Amino acid sequence: MIAKMILRGREYEVKPGMALADALKKNNIVPESVIATRNGEMITDDEILRAGDVIQLIAVISGGNISCDSHL
Amino acid sequence: MRQHKLALCKDHYLEWIPEQTARFIKKYEMFTPEEKILVAVSGGKDSLALWDILTRLGYQADGLYLGLGIDGGINYSHESQRLTEKFAYENNLKLHVLDIEKEYGQSIPVLSEISHRGHGRPCAVCGLAKRHEMNRIARELGYDVLATGHNLDDEAAVLFGNTLRWSAEHILRQGPVLPGADGLARKVKPLCRFYEREMTAYSILRGIEYIYEECPFAEGSQSIFYKEALNQLETARPGAKLIYYLGFLEARKSGNLFVEKNERHAQLHPCPKCGQPTSAPELCSFCRMIEKAVSEV
Repeated sequence: MIAKMILRGREYEVKPGMALADALKKNNIVPESVIATRNGEMITDDEILRAGDVIQLIAVISGGNISCDSHL
Repeated sequence: MRQHKLALCKDHYLEWIPEQTARFIKKYEMFTPEEKILVAVSGGKDSLALWDILTRLGYQADGLYLGLGIDGGINYSHESQRLTEKFAYENNLKLHVLDIEKEYGQSIPVLSEISHRGHGRPCAVCGLAKRHEMNRIARELGYDVLATGHNLDDEAAVLFGNTLRWSAEHILRQGPVLPGADGLARKVKPLCRFYEREMTAYSILRGIEYIYEECPFAEGSQSIFYKEALNQLETARPGAKLIYYLGFLEARKSGNLFVEKNERHAQLHPCPKCGQPTSAPELCSFCRMIEKAVSEV
């Protein structure tokens, strides 16, 4: 049984026994740009993924609020 | 948090973020407990978290939501407003809501189309309208200071973009506090030293319901591109973003960055229509855009 990561609806299959940070890198996901949760609980980058895990990845980057920076 | 060499449990993390925010407010002399703060809230994680933190710290902080009229097939503005109003209601906070279309006749995407600004993207018009309206409302309603939820990633991305262009004027203006002047409200960024990831974690752990969907117009934007590039750097060199931004603030403070001319305010004059300060020779950019939009409809 594999582990699974989900980011914005896209699924990534991961071999169990791999650390989260390695799984992210293997799938070209920059660890700094996501937060991972398992069963609603946040997990750290060194967490080892287990068979059957479903890891929800929450994207952290937003681009909407940096234009309010200067005066008129 | 590798950049701080710090690991905290949930309870301590939820204490640490407000404590650090209080420290930054004091360090950069943003405002005092006696002052009235207007928080620009968008329904996103940063601005709602900022409002939450300031309230927890005991500051008099009201919210301002600007309805931009952006749909993008996901009801973006409607959903942002709903979440902002929900947050205000549940926390018994005062929220001012202004709808750009009701106020000026057109939504932001339509204003952008009519005014031909921004090369097919409404982001330039959106930024202009936000700056204009936030300043106007903060002043008209008697607030001492306008607070925005800019985080360190926002600040580093802006600095990176300005550095790539060596835009000295913009670089020298950037900082945690943009001082007030005649007609201009003081602007502050109490979250400017937190990573975007830290603010996301705070919002999740605090149970703040925020709009997760990105603004439909932000996809492929330069700011996101810069943030992604900086995150690559951060992954390889933990703390790189923090060092980049803090190093800039130190250099700017020391006066060694550029020779500061400080001529900006001398060149500002009141717009004949709205009265807000502008460097344009006649009407300010916002009023010119509205005039054009009205004349073409």
